[in-house]
Amino acid sequence: MSSREEMLARIRAATADLNGQPEVARRYRPAARGPGTADEALVGLFEERASDYRATVRRSTAGEVARVIADAVAARGAGRIGVPGGFPAEWSALLTDAVLDDPPLDVAALDGLDGVVTTCAVAIAETGTIVLDTGPGQGSRAFTLVPDYHLAVVRTGQIVAAVPDAVAALDPARPLTWISGPSATSDIELSRVEGVHGPRTLDIVIVTD
Amino acid sequence: MTFLGMPTAPRGVGQLRQEAPFPVAAARALDDSQLRRNLGHATSTIRAKRAAAVAEVPDWQELRAAGAAIKDEVLAHLDRYLLQLEEQVTARGGTVHWAGDANEANRIVTGLIRATGQRHVVKVKSMATQEIGLNEALAAAGIEATETDLAELIVQLGHDRPSHILVPAIHRNRNQIRDIFLREMPDAPAQLSDEPAALTAAARAHLRRKFLTAQVAISGANFAIAETGTLAVVESEGNGRMCLTLPRTLITVMGIEKILPAWRDLEVFLQLLPRSSTAERMNPYTSMWAGAVEGQDFHLVLLDNGRTATLADPRGRAALRCIRCSACLNVCPVYERTGGHAYGSVYPGPIGAVLSPQLTGVADNPDLPFASTLCGACYDVCPVAIDIPAMLVHLRSRVVDDKLAHHHGPTPEAAAMRTLAWTMSDSRRWAWALRAGHAGRLLGRRYGRIRHLPGPLAAWTSSRDLPRPPRQTFRDWWKGSRGERSRAGGEHGDTA
Repeated sequence: MSSREEMLARIRAATADLNGQPEVARRYRPAARGPGTADEALVGLFEERASDYRATVRRSTAGEVARVIADAVAARGAGRIGVPGGFPAEWSALLTDAVLDDPPLDVAALDGLDGVVTTCAVAIAETGTIVLDTGPGQGSRAFTLVPDYHLAVVRTGQIVAAVPDAVAALDPARPLTWISGPSATSDIELSRVEGVHGPRTLDIVIVTD
Repeated sequence: MTFLGMPTAPRGVGQLRQEAPFPVAAARALDDSQLRRNLGHATSTIRAKRAAAVAEVPDWQELRAAGAAIKDEVLAHLDRYLLQLEEQVTARGGTVHWAGDANEANRIVTGLIRATGQRHVVKVKSMATQEIGLNEALAAAGIEATETDLAELIVQLGHDRPSHILVPAIHRNRNQIRDIFLREMPDAPAQLSDEPAALTAAARAHLRRKFLTAQVAISGANFAIAETGTLAVVESEGNGRMCLTLPRTLITVMGIEKILPAWRDLEVFLQLLPRSSTAERMNPYTSMWAGAVEGQDFHLVLLDNGRTATLADPRGRAALRCIRCSACLNVCPVYERTGGHAYGSVYPGPIGAVLSPQLTGVADNPDLPFASTLCGACYDVCPVAIDIPAMLVHLRSRVVDDKLAHHHGPTPEAAAMRTLAWTMSDSRRWAWALRAGHAGRLLGRRYGRIRHLPGPLAAWTSSRDLPRPPRQTFRDWWKGSRGERSRAGGEHGDTA
């Protein structure tokens, strides 16, 4: 008998006493406020919670995005900025040293960038999280990992209330990266240090839809 | 001993067993005042942070109940969910391997790495691969594995063992870590300070090259969704993303109990886990992938190694709900004082005391169910409501049963319990015995406590003092002072 068959047989023997498992009771707060429902209070909550992780959050109107992005990048002293395929051209228009990631750059080229700008798939107000699914404007998983600086643009319509709303809005077949602030560690005496292996700096620009 | 004939985790491989009896190992740890300071500082910090992170969630108890119920559903139909996961991962281009025990898992992973021709792999922190001793097996096969989690790196460079599920180097302070880096990291700056930020920067520089050139990575998994084949790794530093994303080949080793039935179930566990473990609203990074993505080769190794034996015990199987958050370690008065090494296993603290003996069989970890005061703090904080105290009591009885089965003639405990039963079954015998207990007053004259009992009873006092028996038994006192009044007042005598 193969290990597979053996393990399955053991599991069946071990659980022979169990039948009629009760239905899982979900009395917690269900998904309620998905994409497109955020009001000013929810946007404000996202801004506050993302800032708690020491991500720098800026607000922008639709017409000012290019200026806000260029200012944020300049404030970090970053020059060479990777721009993924599908990123709105009008948003990256004022970047002076933009490198287009289309076709995708290899790891060595990514290592030579100062930072990247991307969009995101969804953002969670309660936890201050952004989620990337490698869709248009987001680049590959490596694209937002290797460079030391990441600026993500979040449209207010992408902000959902809580974790259940985000899970409902995401596609489980896509590679997903949930990001809550810059990389961090508490491995030395449980004292938090921001900036380990992922981008050490995270900026977020919230664009009013 | 095997439970109901199920094979347990094999001996001679991995790290699940006590090397010394718990009281001996604990006494050694208690003598180390530096260790006690490091642990006391770390656990009190994280306890306060966790309490705040949990208090913020209005439906925490409802999430906790759902978390427990979802895990129970997984365990009840584990065969079905494993097959569904296999089908989904395979359909999405991944390869699924089944490993009955540590040796088989190590063989599978070694074979997969050999097939790539690589001699070096990077690793994401993973309890499962620690449990099976994968690094040692790879070293024996001439393959070098680099731990990339900061704490695991500290442990690896220090030729040490992890002592906490979440923060494996919790027993080290900043000075000790700087010394390890200066000694073992050739590229560490000579004037390295002991500031956590400086130490972290040194680790970043040390690992960067390895991340960018590694061809093979090994990870564990926090969750695997049967319905969609999606795997999830929850982390903070970005080392997980580096390993999961950059190398061409990814090998994930996962205990079979890590499954969740449906994608939707993540809405529960992504709330329970971060707040319970790092005490954050959300951990910095979570990676999810289904099958082989972005041109990678993906292998999933499903590990039993004593889990089906654990599953076979109706009163012990809930230990398999565990999502390795480590909240129970941080609140445990025993763990806080002894640290993780005293438990012998990679799973220390309260959850380790119920999990390790079940994975190995109780004969191989007979002290662990007793390494607890049964105070219940672990149950209160457990995000999947594992009743650890009740399970400890159950496992204590399994230890005793196991000793009886392998002991010729009654053990001292069994003989004592039988005598006690005989005494307590007759009220006159019991009254006499209580008064005879008076003789014990002779023992505790000097300190007011009995430090050493004579003869075979000495085992009881080898690790604890016994209070000196009082002048008067409760029964005598009751008869003398309250008995008459109580009888006169009938059933309304409670004036307390």
